[in-house]
Amino acid sequence: MSCCGDNPRFAEIDEVSCLSAQKLAAFLRTLRDNGFAAGLAEGQDAAVLMASGFAASPGLLRSALKHLFSARKSDWDRFDGLFDAFWLGKRVRSRSSTMGATKAVSSPSLKSLQDKGARDSPSVSDQVPSAGGAPEGRGGEGRMEGASRAENLGETDFRNLADPDQVEQAHAAAARLAKAMRTRLTRRDLARRRGYRLDLRRTIHRNISHGGVPISLVKRRRKIKPLRLIVLLDASGSMSMYTGVFLRFVHGVLDEFREAEAFLFHTRLAHVSDAMKEKDAARALDRLSILAQGAGGGTRIGESLATFNRHHAARVIHSRSCVMIVSDGYETGDAKLLGREMAALTKRCRRIVWLNPMMAWEGYTPVAAGIQAALPHVDLYAPANTLKSLGALEPYLAKL
Amino acid sequence: MKTKDEIAKALATCGYIADAELATAISLMQLLRRPLLLEGEAGVGKTEVAKALAGVHATELIRLQCYEGLDQSSALYEWNYQRQLLAIQAHHGADADTIEDQIFSEKYLLQRPLLAAIRQEKPPVLLIDEIDRADDEFEAFLLELLSDFQVSIPELGTITAASIPHVVLTSNGTRELSDALRRRCLYHYVDYPDVDREARIIMARIDGASASLSLQIAQMVQGVRKEDLRKVPGVAETLDWAAALVGLDIRDLHDLPEVVHEALMCLLKTKEDRARMTREVIDRLLGKVA
Repeated sequence: MSCCGDNPRFAEIDEVSCLSAQKLAAFLRTLRDNGFAAGLAEGQDAAVLMASGFAASPGLLRSALKHLFSARKSDWDRFDGLFDAFWLGKRVRSRSSTMGATKAVSSPSLKSLQDKGARDSPSVSDQVPSAGGAPEGRGGEGRMEGASRAENLGETDFRNLADPDQVEQAHAAAARLAKAMRTRLTRRDLARRRGYRLDLRRTIHRNISHGGVPISLVKRRRKIKPLRLIVLLDASGSMSMYTGVFLRFVHGVLDEFREAEAFLFHTRLAHVSDAMKEKDAARALDRLSILAQGAGGGTRIGESLATFNRHHAARVIHSRSCVMIVSDGYETGDAKLLGREMAALTKRCRRIVWLNPMMAWEGYTPVAAGIQAALPHVDLYAPANTLKSLGALEPYLAKL
Repeated sequence: MKTKDEIAKALATCGYIADAELATAISLMQLLRRPLLLEGEAGVGKTEVAKALAGVHATELIRLQCYEGLDQSSALYEWNYQRQLLAIQAHHGADADTIEDQIFSEKYLLQRPLLAAIRQEKPPVLLIDEIDRADDEFEAFLLELLSDFQVSIPELGTITAASIPHVVLTSNGTRELSDALRRRCLYHYVDYPDVDREARIIMARIDGASASLSLQIAQMVQGVRKEDLRKVPGVAETLDWAAALVGLDIRDLHDLPEVVHEALMCLLKTKEDRARMTREVIDRLLGKVA
């Protein structure tokens, strides 16, 4: 990572002493390690405002730098703690200290990171066993019950899926689904030569050169707009056998869809899109582990959905969104709440798909209170325990 | 350039009671010449910031309301085609070059908010409202405009900004904005005001609201916000409620609980919320009000 203090442009601002420039550079580094987008331009501006009287008091400087470096609400909320920790030497809050721990090993090899993750936070890696180990680690370890080679790959229950190739296929299935659903029509028109409606204004403009005689016509047709898929994945204990494969599926969805968001939930909800889009697998694992802290116990689907509706839905759902909930529907919280929140969600999005891996189990009937409350609001309730059943969704989703 | 305290004072005279951090943000806007991105729940007064800012600088407010499908022709400029056609017909037989020069001149140019904003002599406040409702394409275009402050019109040439406007963007968070735009801007999160500030806002905005009543209203609204509601009342709702109470000639919230209950419906905008705020809940909240 380059250090801003070395940048010659900083030397130009002579009002700022070399020392404070170095300190500022170190602060920029801390911010970057904590996920702030603090580039060179911001660093320069920070130096400018330190030189123009904003460094007079810590409170003023904090407020000024906060406006400059924050880019979103989460940054805004975290900044004060980071600033105090760095400039005033106050105790770092637990969250930033966890972040700090990752900083120390931000560049080394993938393996050392994984080892470290396992050593430092055993509880965490227990809770999300599949978060990072799914594709690479699973195959060799043989932790899962063995899959019979003779079986048809497509029909192997995900519980028995150990072969990396098959996990790869889950990714590919997600890619196929994505392709089928990627583009949808919208009501927005786009000016085109061929279309179903005449664009009068543009036609007049185009034909000014003919003295206004409409020779070449401009028409409008519907603009194609991507469908957005939002996956809510149940990562609770009862689903643990499936979480790995579905995480891989979610990864595929995030890769392939132009617009997709992913959430994990157990007793609470975590937004994992950014963590899963991380290119470095080790870092992704690290971020996921932090997000998944506090897992275990039951599944509070209702509460998680309430969190989703309240804090995320307005941002991630638009009229062309499909919400896909992957869960067994074993609700340990209030089933009535789940029903209410499902009703609220129906009003927002276009379709709700509920995938239940348990559905294909012999003798399974949806009697759990949670699934009973949710089912009336679900547009498609389908099993998803094999690649084949995932593939079977494709024609349905393509019609959305 | 004004200092932070001067700005806070000037905002107050314009009827906007700012917290200390917002005044810092506005002084930074001047210093660094970056646009200010305001985020926050609906009804916390984001748009009001821009209006007050125009008051502070004693300049014009130019507003661009974003919506899905907003494009350059309605945000930047467009040619007045009808007039151009009429001109062609009127000058029938004239030299083609002369006609062309004429119809692609200022006279036939329709300025939209963005172009109007950069052509002012005195820098105006440019409010780009609800940028999250616009499409990605428009956001990208805006980013370019906000960094160069120049527009090229193929028929006319490049128009460079006469002055750099004070740009305020607001977002309700219905869509995630691009990182590039976020980085370009100063960021300020507008939160619901605390009791003290809300009381001062009520006093500043509602004629006839006494200090004690304003404080009671502010405390009551704070209590309502803590309830589990679908639509949390914003500052605009508080002001509506305060205006209703003042209009009903209420001096103290404890005097006429019946009327207070009726008027409280100003704060609640959905059926579920109304059902949730029963008499018992309201009486409990009223009990906490000093």
